[in-house]
Amino acid sequence: MIILLVLAAVFGPLFSSYGGNQQLDIVKLKNIPPSWQHPFGTDQYSRDLLTRVLLGARISLAVATLAVLMSMTVGTAYGLVAGYAGGGVDAVMMRVLDGFLSIPRVLLLIAVLTLWNPVPLSGLIILIGATGWFGVSRIVRGQTMATRQVEFVDAARTLGASDTRIIIRHVLPNIITPVIVTATLAVGNVIALEAGLSYLGVGAREPTPSWGSIFLDGVEFFAGNWWVVLFPGIAIVATVLAFNVLGDALRDVLDPRQLHGGPGSSAVPLTASAASTAPLTPGTDPIQNG
Amino acid sequence: MRRQLAARLAQSLIVVIIVTTISFFVIRSAPGDPFSYESSTITPAIRQHWREQFGYDKPLPTQFVRYVVSVAHGELGYSFQMHEPVSEALATAVPRTLLLTGISLALSFVIGVIIGVLQATHSGGWFDRLSSAVLLFFYSLPDFWGALMILLMFAYWWPVLPAGNIVDPVLHGYMGGWDAFVDRARHLVLPVLSFTLLTMAGITRYQRAAMLETLPMDFIRTARAKGLSERRIIWRHALRNALTPMVALLGLMLPALLGGALFVEKVFAWPGMGLLAAGAIAARDYDLVTATVIVGSVMVVIGNLLADLLHLAIDPRVRE
Repeated sequence: MIILLVLAAVFGPLFSSYGGNQQLDIVKLKNIPPSWQHPFGTDQYSRDLLTRVLLGARISLAVATLAVLMSMTVGTAYGLVAGYAGGGVDAVMMRVLDGFLSIPRVLLLIAVLTLWNPVPLSGLIILIGATGWFGVSRIVRGQTMATRQVEFVDAARTLGASDTRIIIRHVLPNIITPVIVTATLAVGNVIALEAGLSYLGVGAREPTPSWGSIFLDGVEFFAGNWWVVLFPGIAIVATVLAFNVLGDALRDVLDPRQLHGGPGSSAVPLTASAASTAPLTPGTDPIQNG
Repeated sequence: MRRQLAARLAQSLIVVIIVTTISFFVIRSAPGDPFSYESSTITPAIRQHWREQFGYDKPLPTQFVRYVVSVAHGELGYSFQMHEPVSEALATAVPRTLLLTGISLALSFVIGVIIGVLQATHSGGWFDRLSSAVLLFFYSLPDFWGALMILLMFAYWWPVLPAGNIVDPVLHGYMGGWDAFVDRARHLVLPVLSFTLLTMAGITRYQRAAMLETLPMDFIRTARAKGLSERRIIWRHALRNALTPMVALLGLMLPALLGGALFVEKVFAWPGMGLLAAGAIAARDYDLVTATVIVGSVMVVIGNLLADLLHLAIDPRVRE
């Protein structure tokens, strides 16, 4: 499904006989419902919607992948350092993280994007990436703390390996699984997030076709032109769904300990005290990050 | 436990203060100020005069000290956009958001927990698979798009319910007590439905996972051995245990809920806090932005505190 999507994004527009921003005939072909010539209909500027949805796939997937790559790198590094250092460093880093986690991500993004409007696409990617790493670093930190006490780390240290080497060569490979799962779920989440921001008019903007910005201009008249809102939306839902299913499947395959659960089920400490832990792993949950 | 609660509260207060401070400086460092968006017929001289009047020409640290002092006096400032004191703008908007999110959260929690338990106890059966698939679909819906589709379906294609706003803008004033109440309730249905569906999906996923983790535990076997009815075992013994992580999750979800509320408010033109904040940011309504940030973060803190207390009530182990 995801491979199909990427293929459609890369090659799809090549088969289209219309340009993404080509205004076909603003008088005759404006806002026409789906038909054989235009399977998804056209928008208010008479642009072919199918072409734009396919082009939008490029933007949306690229934004999401790059942003998630960034958050995962930052989050993993932060979690590794905190978990490996332990003690006071860890305590301070975790309190800071708690602070970050209590900020509503969407509102923060909207605020920054509105204030420095218009933000270029690269800025959007960096902003989404920079606000998406809190959850994963929490998971990584927990895993690192557990891994740190395993014998082979002691063995490596006895052999004289440096901390950096131990972290990269011995700890990182052992904690990467949940990061991959989180990343997969996060891609879907970020696609939805980007669409939401664009819907509010602060994400990718005209004439760049991302899935969110496509129906930004359709939404005003969407009771009449429902196709402008429906088709990009279906594209988003299908993509997010695909990434969520993939994430779930990856977790089941990669981590048999969590065979049954929903997101982060093994991280649910049933005997946890309220104040000392935040039991569920927030980063894996789109609700948390949304 | 009490000490931990106090520590947590202190930590949250620090977060509130830091977030407020950051938002104070961030919004002022952005291009433009409240008066750049007033009508273009106003001359620069008048704009400058206003800036001086409200002290926006002074250096930032001075402005900050003045702001902190006035907030300490309970004075949140004046909203240029709403043309009323910030406290009044908030007093109208906050209850609306609380009404919408409160009802939706309660509904989605109750329904989500029930479905989650049923899924876990019939794990692998048709109900589990069907409802998991349907909920995964809702889970993958972007907030605003889900809300838009519900709006499209129930307000345009099959127009049974009003599309937006909190009451009928024309007729509400002429309605009697009962009719006015019905009008209000009718306007609540679609936003609440959207918010509930979108929130419920996540809650169910977690509840199912937590329940699946609880069911194989020893005390459940003990309860079975004692000859308790299956219903009692599941709904009293197992659920009580599986609820503990859910309560903590509730606290963690609050910030995201505020974000989700914004989209639902936007789609249904529900004039609550999210819309107020978004409008205030766009209009550089300094005091209103900072105040909504304060109120929002305080709401998250209170929510977390309530979650902790609830945890304490459910789980005797943390009572020490």
